[in-house]
Amino acid sequence: MTAHAALRALLQVALLVVLPPLLPGIVARVKARVAGRQGPPLLQLYFDLARLVRKGEVKSRTAGPVFHLGPVVGAAGALAAGLLVPGPGAPALLSFPGDLFLLTGLLAAGRFATVLAALDTGSAFEGMGAAREVTFASLAEPALFVCLLVLSRATGELSLSGVLGPALPAAWAQWAPALLLCAVALFVLALAENARIPVDDPTTHLELTMIHEVMVLDHSGPDFALVLYGAAVKLYVFGALLARLALGGTGRGILPGAVGLLAGLALFAGAVGLVESSMARLRLVRVPQLLVGAGVLSLFAFVLLVR
Amino acid sequence: MATFAQTVFILVVMIDFFVLASSRLKAAIAAVAAQGALLALLPLLLAPQELHVLHVLALSLGALLVKGIGIPFLLRWAMREASVSREVEPVVGYVPSLALGGLGVMLAFAFSATLPIPTPEKHPYLVATSLSTVWTGLLLVVSRQKAVSQVLGFLVLENGVFVFGLLLSDFMPWMVEAGVLLDLFAAVFVMGIVIFHIHRTFSSLDTGKLSALRD
Repeated sequence: MTAHAALRALLQVALLVVLPPLLPGIVARVKARVAGRQGPPLLQLYFDLARLVRKGEVKSRTAGPVFHLGPVVGAAGALAAGLLVPGPGAPALLSFPGDLFLLTGLLAAGRFATVLAALDTGSAFEGMGAAREVTFASLAEPALFVCLLVLSRATGELSLSGVLGPALPAAWAQWAPALLLCAVALFVLALAENARIPVDDPTTHLELTMIHEVMVLDHSGPDFALVLYGAAVKLYVFGALLARLALGGTGRGILPGAVGLLAGLALFAGAVGLVESSMARLRLVRVPQLLVGAGVLSLFAFVLLVR
Repeated sequence: MATFAQTVFILVVMIDFFVLASSRLKAAIAAVAAQGALLALLPLLLAPQELHVLHVLALSLGALLVKGIGIPFLLRWAMREASVSREVEPVVGYVPSLALGGLGVMLAFAFSATLPIPTPEKHPYLVATSLSTVWTGLLLVVSRQKAVSQVLGFLVLENGVFVFGLLLSDFMPWMVEAGVLLDLFAAVFVMGIVIFHIHRTFSSLDTGKLSALRD
C-alpha cells in the first residue's frame, strides 16, 4: 500500500467517525433559520453524546442481553456500511464486486437489531413502533435495491467504489435522465430510512405518530448515545452516497475529493432541512404511497436503461 | 435536441405517476395542465428538417391553448362550482393504482420497440410514452369515483393519443388535429355541465349514485 492510499484510507475513516454528528446539527440549524430562530449550536449532537456517555442507565426489568445489541449493531452496521461508500477518493477502504448487497444488508442488520431490542423491552408501545418500522422498511428496501441496480447497470460496475468512481461521469453523459430519477428516488429513500420528516418526525414525542423514536424510548445513557451516533452515521452514509452520485464521482486527488464530499454533504443536510421546514409529516397511511412512488421511479429508471 | 425531447417524454410519464398518486384534485388538474403544456413543446422538438412552420406552430399552439389553458380552466371552474376538492375513496386505492401504472409503463417501455409501425419512428420514447399515458388515462377513468377525476382521466388518455398522433403529423392536415382538439374541448364542456347537474341532483359528485336513477 502506497503512502497515498494509506493517507486516503486514514482520511476516509477519520471523516466517517468524526463528521456524522455534525449533519443533524446542520439540519437543525437550517430548520431554525427558515423558521426565523437562532437554533441550537452546530455541534449540539457532540455535546449531547458527551453528556449521555457519562450518564448511568435505566433498564426495563424484562429486558435481556438483546436489549444492548440493538444500539451496538445499529451503530456498527452503519459504520461498516460507511467503509464501503467511497469518501474522499475513488476506491473505498473496503471494496469488492457485489458490495452493493453488503451495504443494504448491513443497514438491514442494524434495523433488525434495533427492532429486536425494541421488542425485548416488553412494552406494547415499542412493539407498535417496531411493526411500523418493519412495514415501511419492507417497501423501502426493494426500492433501495433497484436504485443500486440502476447505478450498477448504468456504470457496468458491481462494487460501490466502481459505481461511484471513475465510471460515473461517462454514465451521467449517457444516461442523465435515468440517473436523475434514481437520485430523486434515493433522496426520498434517504429521508425515509433516516426517519426524516415526510415519513417520520425526529423531534416529535407524540406517541401515536412516532416510528423510529418509539423503538429507542427505553434506551438511556451510553446506549442512547450509541443510538444517536448510529443514526447520524446512517445519515452520513446516505449523504455521502448522494453527494458522490450528484457530483459525478469527482476528485482525482484527495483534496478535491474531500472538498467535494464535504460540500455535497453540506448541501444534502441543507436540502433535508429545507424539506423538513417546507412540508408536514405525512399521515401514516400515505407513507407507503411515497415509498411505492420512490420504488416506481427507480424501476422506471431501470427500464429506461435496459430497453 | 434529442436529449431535450427525451426529458419532455420522461416528464410526461412522471406526471402520469403523479396524477395516479394524488388525491387532491387541484394538484391533479395543475399536473394535467402541465402535461398539456409539455405536449405542446413536442411538435416543435420533433419537427422534421424540411419543416412546415405554419403546420407545426398550429399544432403546438392549439395543444397549448386547449390542453394547457382552456380545459384546466373549465375543470377548475367545475371543481369550485361543485365544491369538491378531493377524491376520497377511489375504487382502486392509490398504492395499487400506482403499482399498476408502474407495471403498465414498464411493459410499454419494454415492448414498444417491437411494435411494427408503418411510419418512421421520430423518437425512441414516443410510442412508449404514448402507450403508458393512454394506460394511465384508462386506469383513472375506470378506477376513480368522482366525476372530475374521471374527466381528468379522459384528458390524460387524450394526451396519450395526441403523442401517438405526432407520428402521423407530417401526413395529416392540421385541420384534422384542430377538429380533434375542438371535439375534446366540446366534450369537456359537456362534461362540465353534466358534473354541475350531477352535483345539483345528488349534492355529491359520486358517479356511483347515478345507478340509483329511475324513470
